[in-house]
Amino acid sequence: MPGPDLLSSQGLRLDGRRPNELRRIRCKLGVFTQPDGSAYLEQGNTKVLAAVYGPHQASKSKSSVEGVVVNCQYSMATFSTGERKNRPRGDRKSQEMSLHLRQALTAAIKTELYPRSQIDIYIEVLQADGGAYCASVNAATLALVDAGVPLRAYACACSASMAWRGAEPAPLLDVGHVEEAAGGVVLTVASLPSTGNIALLELSHRLHSDYFEIVLSRAMQGCRDIEIILDRAVREHLAEGWTKQDIVTI
Amino acid sequence: MWTTKTFLTKTKRGNVLKIVREHYLRDDLLCGSAACNVCPHKDDELVLDANPESICGLFDYNHYLVLDTNVVLHQIDVLEEDALKNVIILQTVLEEVKHQNTAIFQRLLEIIGNKKRNFYSFVNEHHKDTYVERKPGEKQNDRNDRAIRKAASWYASHLSIKNMAERFPQIVLLSDDENNRKLAQEEGIVACSVKDYIENVNGYAGLTDKLSKNVIPESCSKDALYPAHLTPTQIHAGIRNGKLHQGTFHASRDNFLEGNVTVTGYEKSILLQGHIGINRAIDGDIVAIEIFPQEEWRQPSDIVLEDKAEDPGDFLEEESQLLNTKKTVANDDICPTGKVVGIIRRKWRQYCGILMPSKFPGATRHLFTPAEKRIPRVRIETRQSDILASQRILVALDSWPRNSRYPLGHFVRSLGPIGDKNAENEVILLEHDVPHARFSEAVLACLPPDDWTIPEEEIKKRVDLRSICVCSVDPPGCTDIDDALHARRVGDRYEVGVHIADVTHFVRPHSALDREAAARATTVYLVDKRIDMVPDLLSSNLCSLRGGEERLAFSCVWEMDENANVLSTKFHKSVIKSRAAMTYEEAQIAIDTTSRNDEVATSLRTLNALAKKLKQRRLDNGALLLASPEIRFQVDSETHEPLEVQAKRILDTNSMVEEFMLLANVSVAERVAADYPQSALLRRHPAPPPANFHTFLKAARRQGFELDVSTNKSFSKSLNEAVIPERPFFNTLLRIMATRCMQQAVYFSSGSKTQEEYYHYGLACPIYTHFTSPIRRYADVVVHRLLAGALGADATHAALLDARAAQALCDNLNYRHRQAQLAGRASVALNTHILFKNREEIESAVVLAVKRNALQVLIPKYGLEGPLYLPSDKFLYNEEENIQICNDIILKTFDELTVRLTLDSTNLQHRKLVFQLVTPFIPGVSYEKEKADDDKMDVEIVEPKTNVKKRKEVSEPKKKKKSKK
Repeated sequence: MPGPDLLSSQGLRLDGRRPNELRRIRCKLGVFTQPDGSAYLEQGNTKVLAAVYGPHQASKSKSSVEGVVVNCQYSMATFSTGERKNRPRGDRKSQEMSLHLRQALTAAIKTELYPRSQIDIYIEVLQADGGAYCASVNAATLALVDAGVPLRAYACACSASMAWRGAEPAPLLDVGHVEEAAGGVVLTVASLPSTGNIALLELSHRLHSDYFEIVLSRAMQGCRDIEIILDRAVREHLAEGWTKQDIVTI
Repeated sequence: MWTTKTFLTKTKRGNVLKIVREHYLRDDLLCGSAACNVCPHKDDELVLDANPESICGLFDYNHYLVLDTNVVLHQIDVLEEDALKNVIILQTVLEEVKHQNTAIFQRLLEIIGNKKRNFYSFVNEHHKDTYVERKPGEKQNDRNDRAIRKAASWYASHLSIKNMAERFPQIVLLSDDENNRKLAQEEGIVACSVKDYIENVNGYAGLTDKLSKNVIPESCSKDALYPAHLTPTQIHAGIRNGKLHQGTFHASRDNFLEGNVTVTGYEKSILLQGHIGINRAIDGDIVAIEIFPQEEWRQPSDIVLEDKAEDPGDFLEEESQLLNTKKTVANDDICPTGKVVGIIRRKWRQYCGILMPSKFPGATRHLFTPAEKRIPRVRIETRQSDILASQRILVALDSWPRNSRYPLGHFVRSLGPIGDKNAENEVILLEHDVPHARFSEAVLACLPPDDWTIPEEEIKKRVDLRSICVCSVDPPGCTDIDDALHARRVGDRYEVGVHIADVTHFVRPHSALDREAAARATTVYLVDKRIDMVPDLLSSNLCSLRGGEERLAFSCVWEMDENANVLSTKFHKSVIKSRAAMTYEEAQIAIDTTSRNDEVATSLRTLNALAKKLKQRRLDNGALLLASPEIRFQVDSETHEPLEVQAKRILDTNSMVEEFMLLANVSVAERVAADYPQSALLRRHPAPPPANFHTFLKAARRQGFELDVSTNKSFSKSLNEAVIPERPFFNTLLRIMATRCMQQAVYFSSGSKTQEEYYHYGLACPIYTHFTSPIRRYADVVVHRLLAGALGADATHAALLDARAAQALCDNLNYRHRQAQLAGRASVALNTHILFKNREEIESAVVLAVKRNALQVLIPKYGLEGPLYLPSDKFLYNEEENIQICNDIILKTFDELTVRLTLDSTNLQHRKLVFQLVTPFIPGVSYEKEKADDDKMDVEIVEPKTNVKKRKEVSEPKKKKKSKK
């Protein structure tokens, strides 16, 4: 059981957040010019870059008449964690991450619009401080928006964990590295909040079914909060973009 | 809603690692003061009074206190007094305390939790105005001090906002750090040392006694008696390169100048001798030691040495006189010897003992003698020595400077007059680490109302057994009835049910009540007192299956055939209504009175008949029937003084109840182990190693019995055959001695052992647990939850599946059970002493064991046991044969003697029973009395008295035999 240490007696978490608060999210769309769409997203100290290429014609082996093939590649920078470590591309962990990303993003993209084509999404984690998957999904969503790929809804991901304040269960939203390392269960949810659909659900350890509901609902709440933040960022970016273009045309 | 800031910290973890952590600063944290006009407080968030009255003569205005970390760490005893109120505990302080001393941290939380004390914990580290960043090159300590000062000055200015009146509270910073005080004063904060503050407090006498006399131990190099300890870095380096060793220091019980340390890599423990060798280590401390070269190794002295009574002042005695320094060459007894060079961690607790007032009248410095012989005397300062001299007191250690012969401590509280029953009980509880404080408000808040009745919907969820004739059988005077039974004929079979109080219905997981019960782990039974695991309302009312009342129960119901073979087993939660709560005696009478044919009597007879078959089967499987000399006191109902002592009687009905409880435990164990392969709580009893039996077998052989101890089955069989017809007690004696050879049964979690290791040696069953006494054992509570979870009868929770938590729980349970057992024995000893005060008896006794200088004798009548010392000039000890010889008289195990019993009260803290030999008569050794008594000395075994006196027999602890197994 993750100890009550995760919550102080005043109900604050180790970093000073309350249980239902997200970390600070800062994001920017269109950070690169080369890819068709790109985004940079910070969730606390987790910092992620996403780039989107496509849709473009799919290679023959991958091509599907059903719809677009989403191709994800997740990698972590050597300097992303405290201990510097050479991280080969395509190791088991990042392969798994790539697959999970693909699952969440395929759910969001209107794949049926582009048969026989492919979209490549590259994710680079610059700094990892817990919740890298969530930040990756959120960044990729922004990059897809930036690339102009039609989406059903924003795909947002958020994690939640379990803690107790006294006898009261108090699920923690948006789990950071310190809280992850404390050994608690982490539930990661990728969802399309505006439709209420869940695209991916992952549990790091066993969680007792009694608490599953409250942890899930907290994570879903987090997804909804993130959607608002992403939406605002997109709108700001678009507003910014127009004015920039205006300047260019003048 | 929130502001953010990130900050960087650098930490070293092997190699240098940079750790970046987020740190959110908030603007929604409250100051907690009723005098504040700014913060949007809700009513229940106001902790600090608007007008805190000053109790200190130095400050004549209203003020709040802000404490520095060192104040909390050193003066927690002062804080625990009700004197100081309206105190602000900063998060900086809270975290530093938590980091340095968890015990004090817990006590501090307890104070903060007490609403009457008005202690407010302010989260200054996350408040946007009080957070301070560590400057480059600044030490962590200095930063924390700065944070404390910053918070103090913030409070002062915060409270002045919009406060027109001049009466708003000021802030006073209490700190023992002179530097911090100076800096505070420069910044315009009122600062004061604890000593000055407390000494000027009006109206709380005795508060100054609790001030800790904390001296930095290594600073007093002047007049140093002891060599300085190494610094932590030096110790660390020394241990790393193998020059020093780490271990726990165990002081010798007999010689205050000797102790030993167990160190990995050495087979024998390392011997430490003399003041310098021990160098201020106290029993239990983790120390760093240096081992001498082999030629300086010594053998442990075999003399008994006690610290002298009077205070010799600050010098160390010539140790060569005190210690047996002669060096024997090539002796097996030589131990690796060493000396303490540093203390890694102090494991000080509070110690019970008595004050030895100074000989000079009016002196304030006195010596304190702890009850535990392994702890040195402590020097304390008090002005109340006249009162305290006749009391049992509790003292905390503060420090042991180099120039002081004794450690320095301070008085914590008085436990009561020496010899007073309550004070002595308190000593027993404290010395055995039994949590016995009253239940806290938070725990009591978890209880249902006094007039709680079973709600209708709860009955619907359960199996309704109210119509069935259930009854309970317990020892007389038992109020926590946790089991009841029933049996009835169904067709050609029997239905037998065991109904256990449903404690888990009230004790919900993770509640304060649950945590308290888990910490206590067991109800502790002293002779005249019971320390409950759960509050009285549950233990003797709502959970207790009293006669004629509807109660919730957890039932285990079997279908059995004529021969007590279990055909099917059912578990379910139920509602029962016990027809009768009987004593063993009453149940026995009901069974024996053949004219009674009511439902209860028939039910009991069926149970009794089935139990006999169960027992026979169990014994055939190799279960051991062990015995231990259990005694019971008849206690005066008014004064609670013990009046008479006698050995316990075992009736048929005792074993009837026991059999069904065993069966229920086994059935439940099988079920939970199957459902929770990793985390079920079980109980195992390892087979004793053959070496344990060595002396026992030798003694039995001399009596002409060859016992086979290879398996429990053969052991049980040979025990049954070892009977001397003319000595009926002999067999019981054998069994008592066999019990001594056994190992302790322990709780464990199913994941931590292999299936074979689950075996319970004493009961000869492959799997066992505790299910039947949830009112008095926490293990049973856990097993109830496990079983309920397996059946889907109750909400389950995650901790049930946590194997690691389960093992930690088992460790605590085992520890508490052992302590409870020891406390129980200490209580029996205490009452025996009270009983034998001013009284002497001549009784027959049996020799249990022969030692080098004594015989271990047992008095069957009282179940008392103790050493009978033999003078070495008269007796010759034969190690080979294990006998003591004096001329033509040979004393050996199982011999019957007559002894005289008296109480030796010369040492108030360690009173003991003295056994003196009466027969066989040896001149100069045996006790001689006027001839008139000669005819009294019959060597016949006195059977335990059977007539029950009319006196109320209070508080016979409900300790069934099974709890020993």
